[in-house]
Amino acid sequence: MSSVSAKGRKPSPGPARRVGMAPTDTANPNYFHKVVDCQWACPAHTPVPEYIRLIAAGRYSDAYMINWQSNVFPGVLGRTCDRPCEPACRRGRVEKEPVAICRLKRVAADSKDDISDRLPKPAMVKNGKRVALIGAGPASLTVARDLLPFGYSCVIYDCDPFAGGMMRTQIPKFRLPERVLDEECGYILGLEPETRFGHKVESLKAILAEGYDAVFVGCGAPRGRDLDIPGRKEAAEHIHIGIDWLASVSFGHTTSIGKRVIVLGGGNTAMDCCRTSRRLGGERVDVVVRSGFAEMKASPWEKDDAMGEGIPIHNFLVPKEITHVEGRLTGVIFEKVKAEYDDKGRRKLVPSGDPPVHMPCDDVLVAVGQENAFPWIERDSGVEFDERNMPKVDPVTMQSTHPKVFFGGDAAFGPKNIIWAVAHGHEAALSIDLLCHGGDVAVRPSPLVNVLSQKMGIHEWSYDNDVSLDLRFKVPHAPKELTLKDVNMEVELGFNRELAFKEAQRCLNCDIETVFEKNLCIECDACVDICPMDCITFTPNAPEPVLRTMLTAPATNPAQDLYVSADLKTGNIMVKDEDVCLHCGLCAERCPTGAWDMQKFYLETAKAHACSR
Amino acid sequence: MTYITKPKLHHPGLATNKLGFTHRDYEGRISTLCAGCGHDSISAAVIQACFELDIEPHRVAKLSGIGCSSKTPDYFLGQSHGFNAVHGRMPSVLTGANLANRELIYLGVSGDGDSASIGFGQFVHCLRRGVNMVYICENNGVYGLTKGQFSATADKGSKAKSGAINADSPIDLVSLAIMLGATFVARGFSGDRKQLVPLIKAAITHQGSAVLDIISPCVTFNNHAGSTKSFDFVRAHNEAVNRLDYVPAEKEITVDYKEGSTEIVRQHDGSVLKLAKLRSDYDPSSRVAALAHLQDRQEAGEIATGLLFLDPKPEDLHGHLNTIDAPLNRLGQDELCPGADALEAVNAEYR
Repeated sequence: MSSVSAKGRKPSPGPARRVGMAPTDTANPNYFHKVVDCQWACPAHTPVPEYIRLIAAGRYSDAYMINWQSNVFPGVLGRTCDRPCEPACRRGRVEKEPVAICRLKRVAADSKDDISDRLPKPAMVKNGKRVALIGAGPASLTVARDLLPFGYSCVIYDCDPFAGGMMRTQIPKFRLPERVLDEECGYILGLEPETRFGHKVESLKAILAEGYDAVFVGCGAPRGRDLDIPGRKEAAEHIHIGIDWLASVSFGHTTSIGKRVIVLGGGNTAMDCCRTSRRLGGERVDVVVRSGFAEMKASPWEKDDAMGEGIPIHNFLVPKEITHVEGRLTGVIFEKVKAEYDDKGRRKLVPSGDPPVHMPCDDVLVAVGQENAFPWIERDSGVEFDERNMPKVDPVTMQSTHPKVFFGGDAAFGPKNIIWAVAHGHEAALSIDLLCHGGDVAVRPSPLVNVLSQKMGIHEWSYDNDVSLDLRFKVPHAPKELTLKDVNMEVELGFNRELAFKEAQRCLNCDIETVFEKNLCIECDACVDICPMDCITFTPNAPEPVLRTMLTAPATNPAQDLYVSADLKTGNIMVKDEDVCLHCGLCAERCPTGAWDMQKFYLETAKAHACSR
Repeated sequence: MTYITKPKLHHPGLATNKLGFTHRDYEGRISTLCAGCGHDSISAAVIQACFELDIEPHRVAKLSGIGCSSKTPDYFLGQSHGFNAVHGRMPSVLTGANLANRELIYLGVSGDGDSASIGFGQFVHCLRRGVNMVYICENNGVYGLTKGQFSATADKGSKAKSGAINADSPIDLVSLAIMLGATFVARGFSGDRKQLVPLIKAAITHQGSAVLDIISPCVTFNNHAGSTKSFDFVRAHNEAVNRLDYVPAEKEITVDYKEGSTEIVRQHDGSVLKLAKLRSDYDPSSRVAALAHLQDRQEAGEIATGLLFLDPKPEDLHGHLNTIDAPLNRLGQDELCPGADALEAVNAEYR
């Protein structure tokens, strides 16, 4: 070229702009929140990657407090949570298995120092508002924790003499030692609620008549479903309802069971029943489920643990009759079934035609589901019920049709799990706080959100961006010879600190977001080339379904968003498929202009205190 | 550069080629060049081209000299042979290697300093001899390693980052290559991957001297206003003469192309180059026309890119010298040392 031309820039290609995706609005907290798959999936929206980094750094107490803030029972949940975060974990889409999030939480709880000075103190000044909490389970305790520090007077009712609800009565101590539960319930009782334990509430009207400003119903789903088949009544002495039996074991009333036990049902309660039976004298314990093994409701790891203790699981068997001789249980007759699917894909279990099976046994545990029961709520109390005899509850505010009555936990929408109960408790506490301060419970305060660059130097970040290639580590167990002899001995030993560090390093830090500033981009493609997962593409815009097929690696997971920029200088847009991004920050390290930056997204859901002050 | 290595994990849906490799298998070590360097884009284009051509990495020899560009063979094809020669001396090492073993694919990687200054003599003589190779010049018009002085390919009137204006005439490597007998001459731009990858694929399959001059912005010293090798300037002044599509030998061309708009060139190995004409008057089969067009565009202040010249029936050095087909390392004692009688016979031919 002999001289520098004064010719101007060429116009963007294409005469008219094609219809395509609108630029991503990262100012909406939901966008980056969704990228943090674990936190998004957690009903209580625990900031998982943040506490995992703290565990890796050995800051167990800090990790514990982040958990305590969000999910109230880190030690309990670190052993018993249903872990909706783990199937959502991005690591599971990148290699074989997700990060052991749940068991890392336990490490924070087990390894922390004394954190009592970090906990809120009982309120010095009362605000004059009184709240009744029916049931002392995880939902009610969460409401109490959220409200007590701000001067509320909380009165907790429970028919049992202790706090904890189903965490105490239904979860065997070999999965959840009593001291862990006592410690975490104690943190809440330390805020000095009034407790009316051992007191069975008989009437909602009577409670309302006491002039409470709000009533929270967290009484769980206390009724175990029974089995109505021939022989049930005659052999009743050796047929037990699973959750009642577990409670009886928990309180020390039941200490033994027959040598041959059949557990009916395929949920987590069934798994707890069979494993408890093994420890109380059951030598031959069988689990029998109607459905297929794969469709069982129990968490996969609970099934593994049961089978690991020598408990076979038989599937596609429907109990037809209890056999008995002179009032003494002798066994159960099952009909063999198979699954058939109709045009709409609905499953139906139909007889397979095989002869029935008789399984002899000494005891039967029935764990075929739980039901809600509200005999104490008068139907004219102002709380309306639906056709399924469940209270009508707003899923966001947890408010019933009576403006002062709120529901949460299993009492609200039927049996779920602890982490959902906690999430309900937070929302109900927020609603109660709004109600008591004359606010509109439907107008929810925004979450607290921080987005902060992690850049420390030219290629230095304030998080460890090197991606570990380790596969998931197994939690060590105590020897079976010992655990099967003692119903109170904890089976899982938990990760030691060294294993915890290695497992924590598997976390991909999905909360460290790739943030793109389009005005700085010079479209050099450096990020495209360095990205180990082929997440980034510069391309003409197009409607989303088309765009998803046009990328460097096709974006085949529609549950994961595309991060899309506005038009760049050349008329192309930047598209990043969030699906399998490792959050390694190499795009930002390779970017010559800082158009990419790694920014930590921290979200804490609005709690009661967000609006009351 | 980065401090961590690129994680080994890759996209679960990554495509594999005929050898079962993903494009990740054609990568090298992590680049230590400046973030955003055009050279890294060229490395990525080489990776893409070799992946798509199903090339076995051990069939490739990468040779380079000294400079930012000459570091790049470390950053692609980590399983291939490599040789880092003295500054500007890559062409003669490549020629020697090619003479010893003609079965490998030779990839010479150089820069504007290595090729147009210290190694200028090597560059031109290597082309004169018609060595079967791909000679890539990663051309940024600046000496990046010594902090941004003009190189011999910097345009007259171009402004340095320090503010100095270049008064010297530039060396145009593609014009030279056409003049000196290269049989495949193309110019690309590191910022246009769609154009670049087919050019590299065609150059690799071309059985003669293939020269690729690739404008590659130096983000640190030559990407400012007033530079004629910046991303913005090249994008604004890039005049592609044609758009190349490489079609492997086994793929039949079924679509009809309009007469005059697309030229089909069948290569020696059966593969086909489809050339969509972007400038109707451009004829890549004529050295004279190509040179004239390059002069014309240069005068207009534009950068002509694309496949500029192609001789579909190239000759190469081995043909000229009538050498043996087998690589020297596979010859036995008797063939390499045929004895005094054979020497006598050879000498007799020259008497």
